[in-house]
Amino acid sequence: MFINFFFNLKSKGIPVSLHEWITLHHAMAMNLNDCSLTNFYHMARSILVKNEIFYDRYDIAFLDTFGGIETTDEMLDEILAGLKKVKELKLSEEEKKQIEQVNLDQVLKNFEEQMKQGHYKNHVGGNKAIGTGGRSTQGAWGYNPAGIRIGQGESRHKRAIQVAEKRTFRNYSSDITLDTRQMRVALSHLRSLLPIGYGEKLDLKKTIDQTCRNAGEIELVWENKEKKSSKVMLLMDVGGSMTPFSELVERLFSAAAGQINRFKHFYFHNCFYQDLWTDMERNQCVSTMEILKSEDHDYKVIIVGDAEMAPSELTWANGAIDYWYHNDTAGIIWMQRFKEKFKDAIWLNPLPKRSWEYVHSIRMVRDVFPMFELTLDGLDEGIKYLMTGKCELYNR
Amino acid sequence: MDYFKGTEDYVISKELRDNVNVSIALGRPLIVKGEPGTGKTLLAHAIAKGLAKKFHIWNIKSTTKAQDGLYLYDTVQRLNDARFGDHDVADIKQYIKLGKLGEAFNADEQVVLLIDEIDKADVEFPNDLLNELDEMSFYIPETKETIKAKTRPIVIITSNSEKELPDPFLRRCVFHYIEFPEQQLMEEIVHVHFPDIEKKLLREALKKFYWIREFDMLRKKPSTSELIDWLQALVIGGIPAKTIENEIPFLGTLLKKKEDIEVVEKSGKSHYAYNSSMRTRDVY
Repeated sequence: MFINFFFNLKSKGIPVSLHEWITLHHAMAMNLNDCSLTNFYHMARSILVKNEIFYDRYDIAFLDTFGGIETTDEMLDEILAGLKKVKELKLSEEEKKQIEQVNLDQVLKNFEEQMKQGHYKNHVGGNKAIGTGGRSTQGAWGYNPAGIRIGQGESRHKRAIQVAEKRTFRNYSSDITLDTRQMRVALSHLRSLLPIGYGEKLDLKKTIDQTCRNAGEIELVWENKEKKSSKVMLLMDVGGSMTPFSELVERLFSAAAGQINRFKHFYFHNCFYQDLWTDMERNQCVSTMEILKSEDHDYKVIIVGDAEMAPSELTWANGAIDYWYHNDTAGIIWMQRFKEKFKDAIWLNPLPKRSWEYVHSIRMVRDVFPMFELTLDGLDEGIKYLMTGKCELYNR
Repeated sequence: MDYFKGTEDYVISKELRDNVNVSIALGRPLIVKGEPGTGKTLLAHAIAKGLAKKFHIWNIKSTTKAQDGLYLYDTVQRLNDARFGDHDVADIKQYIKLGKLGEAFNADEQVVLLIDEIDKADVEFPNDLLNELDEMSFYIPETKETIKAKTRPIVIITSNSEKELPDPFLRRCVFHYIEFPEQQLMEEIVHVHFPDIEKKLLREALKKFYWIREFDMLRKKPSTSELIDWLQALVIGGIPAKTIENEIPFLGTLLKKKEDIEVVEKSGKSHYAYNSSMRTRDVY
């Protein structure tokens, strides 16, 4: 049943509404898809799916629904398969003239007759039936100016099922790790209007407008100064198990640096203790306590790391992975202090979510910070959490 | 009914052409999304040209309000006139100026309206236009007048997805995502711009172009418009196809960021021209 397509789309998580479903029926009633499944595939997608990240799921739903269907597109293919290409026919001028005299009505009539008799299978040469390279009035690569040509040009557009099977849009689907531009877009949601001062700026335009509406009686309109800006602190795990993800983290860094007005960044290795490094090589450092004391508490904190370490690195004094480094306070305490100071803090993990449950230290970190995958979905969710305090997974 | 077939100087994929016709037939706006430089804005120009219709552009900026597109009530002018008594100020109609959307509705024949880069405006902007685009009409309270479209204009909306568009708005539109053209389509596009470019040069140039686009960590991938610029530079510079096989001249026309140029140059030097960024995707 056709309605299954609708429920299939729904079950794949595509937000299709009844409104759009009915629009699709309107379009089909007008035969905008020209009775072809391939055209239907594209038309239905343009009406039902409004974001390219769902194109891949659409392909899957389409395959589920129409996977085994036989279409007119296929029938045409069957005919074409029978029309194997052979050498072109050479005819004398006289013969050509004879053939030219056959008119189109006759040709069409002939064609229909042939179709009924099923002559089109694997026919090469000859004067009557559908085939290739012959003198008959149907088929491809033959000689008859009034003939019917069936699919001589190569079709550039494959059948819908094949198109769907290719799943070219897999890369657009949102659970793939992201590129710089997508990151920038996601991070731009962090900007919010921060008011500076109350009612201290004269809104000239509104004042004039109000005065005009009052027919000349002057009325002053004041406005709050507001500016779109964001304050973000980025803490990045570098070295060790994070090396494979260094490209990804670097991209996040460059996107954030370009997108955010007040931006601070620090580095750490596996877990942070009393010092945070300001350079990637970990030569320069600042005191964590100092940051906790001096920075505004409304910074949005994004921590990036795989949180994969020995539990002792989190729980022991002097548990740091670098043997020359001594910490009096356990790492998990520092994390909790951070969380207490900065209420809006999230942890982005480049490891896939399915692996989180198996690592003890990740579970411990998740108890402190809400953790999100470093993918488009995860970043969006995380930023939603930072801005509103709630998202699907966590609620503050 | 109007059927858009494409124009000579705008190469269009079949899917996009079909979707344009679906949107015209249904009388709904067509939202076009895609990488920068894939010809979203040009599409609207091509539709207007192909159907021989008048063309209106409404360029959206971050400060644009929905009201701007409908009409503007010039109160200051009215006050001024009232002071000096040149005009009959009782007639408010003469102070109402129609915006781009208003103009398109008010036109006698069907027009093509391009709402360019709708995502630049405030988040609420598309929602404010819901009813107006649905009914293709709006009401001016000052003059108690309703502006209604005589024929529904063909509305093309482009978006760079800097902001998500609201769902109720999307529901009322037809959506198309322009994929980056494949090599074959790209050749056709180039031929429109350079009808007599040398075949070998084009092939080599495109090979390099798609190779550069493979790099995952580019800050900004080169797009069609950059390719056209680059080819122009190659043609003017008289660079033979052989040279492109070994090096990439005028790299600055393709890549606009210093870091990107470094990345490409670095990997171009190694013997196998190994694209190191390919690894990052399948790391786990």
